Amino acid sequence: MADNQKKHDPAKKAPKIQAVSRMKEIMTNYYIDAKTAREQGKKVAWITSGGPVEPLIAMDVIPVYPENHGAMIGASKMGAQLCEKAEEMGYSRDLCSYARADIADSVQKTGPIGGLPEPDMLVCCNNICGTVLKWYETAARYYKVPLFILDTPFVHTEFSDSARKYVLSQIYEYIAFLETHCGTKMNYDRMEEVGRLSVEGTGLWQAVLDTCAHRPAPMTAFDAFFHLALIVTLRGTRTAVDYYRQLLDELNQRIADGVSMVPDEKYRLLWDNLPVWYKTRWLSEKFAAHDAALVADTYTSAWSGMLPDMGGQTFLEAMAETYTKVYINISIDRMFDIVANMIEKYQVDGMVMHSNRSCKPYSLGQYDLRQMIMDRLGVPTLIIEADMVDERAFSESQIDTRIDAFMETLKS
Amino acid sequence: MITAGIDIGSITAKAALIRDGKLAGTSLQFTGYHAAKAGNAVLETLLDRTGIRRDDIDIIVSTGYGRNSVDFADKAVTEITCHGAGAHFIDPEIRFVVDVGGQDSKVIKIDGTGKVIDFAMNDKCAAGTGRFLEVMARALEADLDDFGRISAEADAPAAISSICTVFAESEVISLISRGESRQNMIAGIHESVASRISAMARRVGVTPPVMMTGGVARNQGVVRALESRMDAEIRVSPHAQLNGAIGAALLAARMQ
Repeated sequence: MADNQKKHDPAKKAPKIQAVSRMKEIMTNYYIDAKTAREQGKKVAWITSGGPVEPLIAMDVIPVYPENHGAMIGASKMGAQLCEKAEEMGYSRDLCSYARADIADSVQKTGPIGGLPEPDMLVCCNNICGTVLKWYETAARYYKVPLFILDTPFVHTEFSDSARKYVLSQIYEYIAFLETHCGTKMNYDRMEEVGRLSVEGTGLWQAVLDTCAHRPAPMTAFDAFFHLALIVTLRGTRTAVDYYRQLLDELNQRIADGVSMVPDEKYRLLWDNLPVWYKTRWLSEKFAAHDAALVADTYTSAWSGMLPDMGGQTFLEAMAETYTKVYINISIDRMFDIVANMIEKYQVDGMVMHSNRSCKPYSLGQYDLRQMIMDRLGVPTLIIEADMVDERAFSESQIDTRIDAFMETLKS
Repeated sequence: MITAGIDIGSITAKAALIRDGKLAGTSLQFTGYHAAKAGNAVLETLLDRTGIRRDDIDIIVSTGYGRNSVDFADKAVTEITCHGAGAHFIDPEIRFVVDVGGQDSKVIKIDGTGKVIDFAMNDKCAAGTGRFLEVMARALEADLDDFGRISAEADAPAAISSICTVFAESEVISLISRGESRQNMIAGIHESVASRISAMARRVGVTPPVMMTGGVARNQGVVRALESRMDAEIRVSPHAQLNGAIGAALLAARMQ
């Protein structure tokens, strides 16, 4: 059999990360909790992935993430069917596949967890995209629940004072919104405590990602895509802090024992954009067959930016700033600085950009960014076209050829 | 030393033999349903033609979309790398290759040794490929081989979109019903293909001299339209369809 890459050798596979089972247990409990919220007398709020969740945790509201649900749908390969259902309902095929899959599952309830727990309120922050506004408005009409919109201005150069005041004033409106709909007052001591846990959790998450700066890397971005779930859903809780401490210990032990995720790691790559959820295993094996490890990505690190911005601010002030300055709400020059820093930190040989049909704000500018990376840093960069959830937008043989050709270029 | 390159494309299968650094022969046939069988048949034809025995071949490299189905090849290499090597062999001055085949169009930037620096390929659409031209030839009831000659007689190329093959075909059909001249329609089709490819080329950054390879390079109309849009002279490879196979055979020789 002709092949330009090594056969997958199961015997050479790296030992699994043990913390995975604990993670699955936490996520199962989390969803059971959310699904039985009413019986526990608790409220459920749906919130966007980049939204400030800490006030919800402080108010004892269970946060639920339609985007995390979208990722589960994608990973369960249920995306195409649910997207088709949304298209039948009248939604455009050009709409984000998280939105389509989630909207369809609200009606159909056939997804991996039989539909998300119904919301009592919705919190939408547009720091990640404009689609969420319409998506959450649709959900607000469908479930007949109140919606809070947090508007974060785009950061072209600096986070200005007027932007700071504007976002911070909305944070207080957000808290007032929660107080109204929960019927209780915010306990600001509890809020600061949640804030501390959030900072600690995101710091630990960054430390987890930083273990990949070690050569060879003890895990890859494909593992980060999985372990990310807690920093998204349970940010600001003791559970997340404890979990990431356990994961960090395990990864440090792997480094000490010389265990790498890609057995013969030779090439180190940086991934850009969301994962292709239904093809993570295929892609992971594809790169591993070329002795290539995805040692970092711009996506999972988006949840770890809180620490450096704390300064002398209160948590709520820091929150206004960090949530506005997330990776896809900043100019391409700032994106380049972040990517350049990651390329150096993780000793990256090449970059793989997923041009994601669903995620326009993440994908817009990738060609310019690619040019900047190649011209200024001399780092070869590949673009592959796909979609995070909708399998219909993935052409395996085309992507196969592009990856092979890219790796041939890197190796020559 | 004798090495062979087998290029299994979506429409045609090609083989090339390199003996001691020189091209010893080539052959080409339709791929058909069985990519693996086509690879074997195209090599057998070439062996018959050159009198070289199969046992004399030291290394075989396969390429093209069917590269992994050639079970007798020693190694599979993508057509990107092969086209770079092939173009450099034919004309060492070349720094940029435009390859337009049956279902793929690609642009490849190479260095002075034929090594790939950067590349881009068409997205999931047949617009800007040989298949697009085939569909249009059918709609116009014209022979694809005459396209280049006919389009040279156009006075005002028709506007035909490059977004989608199926939509472009319906545009052609409505142009036919409006009585547009065949010359202008074919010239418009070439402009449509060229606009798609030149945009891709500019994305990578055109570095002349440019060589065009692939079956579509035989169409002078597309070549002229591309030259004007890319603002660069295009040298058509004398072995346009065989460039990938030649490159594969050359890379096989380097494996020794």
